[in-house]
Amino acid sequence: MSTDRLNVLKTYKLYVGGKFPRSESGRVYEVTDSKGNWLANAPRSSRKDARDAVVAARKAFGGWSGATAYNRGQVLYRVAEMLEGRRDQFTAEVAAAEGLSRAKAAAQVDAAVDRWVWYAGWSDKVAQVVGGANPVAGPYFNLSTPEPTGVVAVIAPAGSSLLGLVSVVAPVIVTGNTAVVVADESAPLPALSLAEVLATSDVPGGVVNVLSGSAAELGAPLAAHQDVNAVDLAGTAGDTGLATELEVAAADNLKRVLRPAPTADWSAAPGTGRMLAFLETKTVWHPTGGLGAAGSSY
Amino acid sequence: MTNDATHPSGSPAAPAGLFSYAPAPESRAVVDIAPSYGLFVDGEFREAADGGVMTTLSPATEEKLSEVAHAGEADVDAAVRAARTAFTGWSALPGAERAKYLFRIARIIQERSRELAVLETLDNGKPIKESRDADLPLVAAHFFYYAGWADKLEHAGFGPAPRPVGVAAQVIPWNFPLLMLAWKVAPALACGNTVVLKPAETTPLSALFFADICRQAGLPRGVVNILTGDGATGAALVGHGGVDKVAFTGSTAVGKEIARTVAGTGKRLTLELGGKGANIVFDDAPLDQAVEGIVNGVFFNQGQVCCAGSRLLVQESVHDELLTALQRRLRTLRVGDPLDKNTDVGAINSAEQLARITELADSGEAEGAQRWTAPCDLPSQGYWFAPTLFLGVSQAHRVAREEIFGPVLSVLTFRTPEEAVAKANNTPYGLSAGVWTEKGSRILAVSQRLRAGVVWANTFNKFDPTSPFGGYRESGFGREGGRHGLEAYLEH
Repeated sequence: MSTDRLNVLKTYKLYVGGKFPRSESGRVYEVTDSKGNWLANAPRSSRKDARDAVVAARKAFGGWSGATAYNRGQVLYRVAEMLEGRRDQFTAEVAAAEGLSRAKAAAQVDAAVDRWVWYAGWSDKVAQVVGGANPVAGPYFNLSTPEPTGVVAVIAPAGSSLLGLVSVVAPVIVTGNTAVVVADESAPLPALSLAEVLATSDVPGGVVNVLSGSAAELGAPLAAHQDVNAVDLAGTAGDTGLATELEVAAADNLKRVLRPAPTADWSAAPGTGRMLAFLETKTVWHPTGGLGAAGSSY
Repeated sequence: MTNDATHPSGSPAAPAGLFSYAPAPESRAVVDIAPSYGLFVDGEFREAADGGVMTTLSPATEEKLSEVAHAGEADVDAAVRAARTAFTGWSALPGAERAKYLFRIARIIQERSRELAVLETLDNGKPIKESRDADLPLVAAHFFYYAGWADKLEHAGFGPAPRPVGVAAQVIPWNFPLLMLAWKVAPALACGNTVVLKPAETTPLSALFFADICRQAGLPRGVVNILTGDGATGAALVGHGGVDKVAFTGSTAVGKEIARTVAGTGKRLTLELGGKGANIVFDDAPLDQAVEGIVNGVFFNQGQVCCAGSRLLVQESVHDELLTALQRRLRTLRVGDPLDKNTDVGAINSAEQLARITELADSGEAEGAQRWTAPCDLPSQGYWFAPTLFLGVSQAHRVAREEIFGPVLSVLTFRTPEEAVAKANNTPYGLSAGVWTEKGSRILAVSQRLRAGVVWANTFNKFDPTSPFGGYRESGFGREGGRHGLEAYLEH
């Protein structure tokens, strides 16, 4: 109808260091819905974009890992709040991306919001669950504490453009890691929109960086990058050739590698595995000394 | 340094300017080393399929101790098959029964600890004081600790019904042969796995004695298999298709090679690799204690320790005072016969390792660091390297960057805590670090910012079966010891 208003389309951009740049390569690719209708042009990120994202993630690591667990928990909870407020937008985007009915897409968005809430609560509990005092056989205080491993490259899963994405990003950052995320190549728009949520949720710039493009093209430089500490290969499920290639590249600086599960049900209860995969254990010893005379009955 | 040919090679050198010590050798009679050993596969000793053998030497004297089989691919295959067959029964055993086998092993190790300590010292070259007072007590304690986990795994935080992984391929180094065996074998068996273990080429004997302990304990055949051999044996083992889990302790270069081999196979992997630990001394540290910690940190086991404190970072204002005290202390170290109970520093494990240490130390001089060697006489036979300091080391020097794995300490300075942390973390490794200061808040602040798996504050080189050990970054991944050490051997 001629009275219909022409809507304003969004230019989808990357999210790197808290800013929304285009790909330095100037490349875009066509993103379609499940029926092949044009949805948008997404940036086709380059190796250089990947490297820029790693620099941003490394820069953000000190502040984010040094923030209190309570603070990180509140920031993740804030992400849930912001996502809840954009429920309609994400329902539409997920429906288009995954070819779901509006009701089923809404359920995915709801589950994604709930997942942020679930992980938010973990920030100040994981250390008590997996760390603690060790009863060594000697006069020493000995304490093990989990610490974030550093910069984590995440190849987001295919086929679950929002819930799958949140399910791999939240466990990485809740413990203090920073992330470079390669969105599902065929359904990147919810991921690029999630960046807008992160940018307005007190998540410091650089903590999560989102790239769209080819997992193979971006995975290789990220898996080989000497300043990346770990890789989550979730998105290589079903492509054992790529998974193996990236795991081999990751060996060069002994990155921690989370291999893809053959089948992943992102609606299932997540468990702690994805958090623990990107934690180091630090153990600190200190002599306990004595209180003066031997045999003191203090 | 003099190499006094007239000095009897069997007794420790008298420290210059101090009273000398009479020899106090531990008796070799307590251990009976056979002229040759086979591979331990499926509960029996057998020759290598291709008849291959190799020799193991005493590094302190270069005398031949024994001949051991050199396992090839056929032997690897037979051992993995034996472990696979044994897995069915072993993993189905109630945890309480597995626990009792491990408790038996722990007790037999305690009973035979003097014999094993002497054996370890003969094959490795480490002082009897260390094998007797550190290695062996820790070996027994490790088995005792993990024995207790075998029937409590559902409480360990890895789910309500954690299952074993399967057959574990374990490759261990020569610096703590029996202790590294314990770190690998005890948690694997407690969790219900079976193992194929390859001890290091230069120190195969204590693992073979451990096979005999398994026999005495009545351990079912095939649960523990021991393959002696070289790097090719290890490569064949970790590459074998019948293996579910690979655990390796050794160099970072080999660790990376193993990670590439394992990539794409789905095998689980843990790696405990090299280090370049920083030992940070602040100006308020108790200097006499710090000196002892520095010495223990880098001269324990001749510095052949992955978590050695091989970089001393000393605050500028106490540099001279600390170095004077350190050099005074190093002059008193007794270097010589590892079997002598007074010996502080024993032999380097092999000619190859001695050559590596020598080359790196020479590079320190060539690059402009100032070399200082503790005055001591070295025996004329065997592989020896006197305790050595490098002063005026910069972060660019190879002796500050590369793992030397020998009794060589590189001394660097700093002015502020920030600089100390930055220098300590300026390495691709991340295994250990030390902090010396009387200020509690500084210990906690610095410890928190050190990217290392173990931080010793006002102490160094302490180990315990309950305490998880392992690295950040290129020092590897996974933890050994404690509840954390179970994770590598459980499906969860």
